[in-house]
Amino acid sequence: MPATADELMAVEAARRLDDGSVCFVGIGLPSLAANLARRTHAPGCVLVYESGTIGAKPEELPLSIGDGELAETADSVVPVPEMFAYWLQGGRIDVGFLGAAQIDRHGNLNSTVIGDYDRPAVRLPGGGGAPEIALGARDVFVMLRQSPRTFVEKLDFETSSGDNVRVVVTDLGVLEPRDGELTLTQVHPGVDPAQAVEATGWELRVADDVHETAAPTDDELQTLRGLRTKGGR
Amino acid sequence: MPLAPLNEAIAEHVRDGDTVALEGFTHLIPHAAAHDLIRQGRTDLTLVRMTPDVAYDQLIGMGCARKLVFSWGGNPGVGSLHRLRDAVEHGWPRPLALEEHSHAGMAAAYAAGAAALPFGVLRGYRGGDLPPRTRVATVVCPFTGEELAAVRAHRPDVGIVHAQRADRRGNVQLWGILGVQKETVLASRRAIATVEEVVDALDPVPGAVVLPSWVLSAVCVVPGGAHPSYAHGYYERDNAFYRAWDEVSRDRDTFRAWMQRHVLDTEDVAGYRASLREEVAA
Repeated sequence: MPATADELMAVEAARRLDDGSVCFVGIGLPSLAANLARRTHAPGCVLVYESGTIGAKPEELPLSIGDGELAETADSVVPVPEMFAYWLQGGRIDVGFLGAAQIDRHGNLNSTVIGDYDRPAVRLPGGGGAPEIALGARDVFVMLRQSPRTFVEKLDFETSSGDNVRVVVTDLGVLEPRDGELTLTQVHPGVDPAQAVEATGWELRVADDVHETAAPTDDELQTLRGLRTKGGR
Repeated sequence: MPLAPLNEAIAEHVRDGDTVALEGFTHLIPHAAAHDLIRQGRTDLTLVRMTPDVAYDQLIGMGCARKLVFSWGGNPGVGSLHRLRDAVEHGWPRPLALEEHSHAGMAAAYAAGAAALPFGVLRGYRGGDLPPRTRVATVVCPFTGEELAAVRAHRPDVGIVHAQRADRRGNVQLWGILGVQKETVLASRRAIATVEEVVDALDPVPGAVVLPSWVLSAVCVVPGGAHPSYAHGYYERDNAFYRAWDEVSRDRDTFRAWMQRHVLDTEDVAGYRASLREEVAA
């Protein structure tokens, strides 16, 4: 079975994690990517979940960032104020993963509202840890499916800053900042750069050296598909 | 500090209009206490919590709250809190004022409250659209001149937490993911802890926190009192419940009927759990 868009995103993000890097991980695709990296080329990758679990090594993927599996397998479990003060603000996080409802060309993210803040069309969950992850992690990785509704000219609300965003992995390819603006540097197998441009709400720059993502290896796909979510369907 | 029945502790310590923090970071969420607030018809509450989830969705949907102070309001791993959204987007069943923060800001505000400081300080709230819409200020470091964010300390009227166990004198022990529960108890004017069980002695557990009885207003034995959240070492998180809540909470009438059957028509956590089992069996 060929790789799905989610699988491609997880594989591409996982490849960008160095062995030994300390990753602040959210639930969903980031957790999938970090756990894949840990089981393939980066066994020393340290998974930090904002619930306070440092060095978690879950057998099954958690549904929430506070699942018991994370605490049971962690090197250390710290209270939440300590997590944000000593570990994140203390500069001990190499990579912070973020998702969002909207992103702009500078990597600024919105996870707060669609529409006006005081009279929102859609009230989203809010920033949570994102504003300080965006400031405090050395490198920020964003994972987000690409569409004109998500990749927008202007955010409805700026929840977190794009200053530390190093890479945006989408279902179509990879965007990286070049000269202060997110630029398409990579497309997934079978994707034309024009598709990525069309799926972007601003005039997306395409790098001269845009290249194709290496297809997922059998090992990557098998490992990925072996990861199942706790209590999952 | 005697052990007390939960409904009596809620009746004695929580008043209409109070600022109440029921904390728990996915783990040890005091759901049973939230249900007693609903059964007793508490209203005009200002609810404080980093991660309002299903318990707060229920309180908000039942009209108990006038304001929410929070940093992330969703159903973890599942999606939206539909009752929270309905209150914010449509004012149903009543309008809900928001004071929104980041996790780091909320954590700093609780820690400041626990330390009886007027504000917490952090490197955060820089740029973006939230600072003008929330309660945050800038302070200048007297030593380096660095500008830092100041958040007003949380000093809830009542803090409510759930823990694994207490001894007979009311000392409370919790372990696993600790969240901000210790800070919440110490920051609050009155504090209630619900526990899974009472034991003769609190044997040491790696990473455990002990809250001495004299910082608590009441300790209540409520086995299963975190459900659908979990108590590490006692029972697991009911992930299926969180997924099912998405459908239950989407529609106002379905939500109301669910709350009637499982909360208002039951007396306590045992009745609530029994009503859920009957539903599964039916």
